[in-house]
Amino acid sequence: MKHVLFASISKKFVMALAGLFLLTFLPVHLGINFMLLNSDPEPFNEAAHFMATFPPVKIVEIILIAAILIHIIYGLIIQIQNWIARPVGYRSGEKAETSFFSKFMIWTGGTIFIFLLIHFFNFYFVKLGLVQGDPENFYDMAHQLFRITGYNIFYLICFILLGFHLYHAFGSAFQTLGLNHRIWTPVIKVLSVIYAILIPAGFASIPIIIWLF
Amino acid sequence: MKVTLKIWRQENARSKGSFQTYELDGVSVEMSFLEMLDSLNTKLIKEGKEPVAFDHDCREGICGSCGMYINGHPHGPATGITTCHLSMRYFKDGDTITVEPWRAKAFPVIKDLIIDRNALDKIQIAGGFISVNVGSAAESHAMPVKKNNSDDAFDSAICIGCGACVAACKNASAALFVSAKISQFALLPQGRVEAKERVRAMVAKMDEVGFGNCSNTGACEAECPKHIKLVNIARMNREFYKAY
Repeated sequence: MKHVLFASISKKFVMALAGLFLLTFLPVHLGINFMLLNSDPEPFNEAAHFMATFPPVKIVEIILIAAILIHIIYGLIIQIQNWIARPVGYRSGEKAETSFFSKFMIWTGGTIFIFLLIHFFNFYFVKLGLVQGDPENFYDMAHQLFRITGYNIFYLICFILLGFHLYHAFGSAFQTLGLNHRIWTPVIKVLSVIYAILIPAGFASIPIIIWLF
Repeated sequence: MKVTLKIWRQENARSKGSFQTYELDGVSVEMSFLEMLDSLNTKLIKEGKEPVAFDHDCREGICGSCGMYINGHPHGPATGITTCHLSMRYFKDGDTITVEPWRAKAFPVIKDLIIDRNALDKIQIAGGFISVNVGSAAESHAMPVKKNNSDDAFDSAICIGCGACVAACKNASAALFVSAKISQFALLPQGRVEAKERVRAMVAKMDEVGFGNCSNTGACEAECPKHIKLVNIARMNREFYKAY
């Protein structure tokens, strides 16, 4: 039983489940973010208030934070083990045909983690009262941030890298869970392309629209 | 034709290796890659130099001994064949060919291009068998097996254990090898009896001997000389979940 907790497949299983949960959260967050395009700040602030105070959402929030931490910690452990497994690399390069974005998951994931830290400082920690700010007016705070060119460039880069991360993650999670099917796996691959383009593009479109108009 | 060979030379597991460059003339396109290396070794012996050590046995693509990393690919640039079946037709006159051993913590270099693949044997010993006395061959229709299962089990069983999957994987993961060995039993009624013990033991051994984790990159499937499919890894994962 001790082995199952530390087995390579178990770690991947937990990581895949945490990752899939995070995948379900992104469209919800995006839906709320689209309210930032409304010139009236009330709907967005009300939605943010609802997310911050409605008890069932609070439970989901705890699961979400746990999923983020588990995904990061397990991802790091797995990556370090992988580096240890090949102490001497190839001098003639690795030219095997492979999923391109899968090679950089730790780096795209690391960038997303840095973005998350900044995002938490800007909003989540304000809500928790750890950082100064008005938690009832996230609309203005977001609009102020989206008027900073440097922040917007960083935001766009992060979401492009998120797209790269999601593209491999989506299909990989199903494979890790043992769900590989002659018909459904190609369908999942197509869905992963659609998801990896639409979700980051949706997030990225908001600062572009605010910045331009 | 004439080729330039950059070959990894390493005295033993403890020594630090390096690439040595050799010019080889008179290479025929009809030679296999191993015959080309034989030709190089003949030249080196005539010159009083140490020949290049490389593994080989059947030279028929079955034994899985002759794995080496050629120009960034396990078993060279061709697909679906082992190094012994790699013809020099895949190279051009004047080409520079880089040859390295498989690189993995679980595959220590013994000498030059020869690596110790015992880690794969240890995984097999842990559970890659059926521990019943089967007696003489049974009548083939005594135990019905679905055609799809039979075909898939056969496709998994053709894994020759060469280690190209480990060599190709950026994580040096043996997931494709282990999953093929688990699948060939998991798909057949004879293998179901010990299915849980088998997957537990083989995965535990795979982790213990120092292979990396599977990232589902697909490099193993792309480079496998026997076209073992990624679907085996998903099956191994399912078997593992069912076993606990």
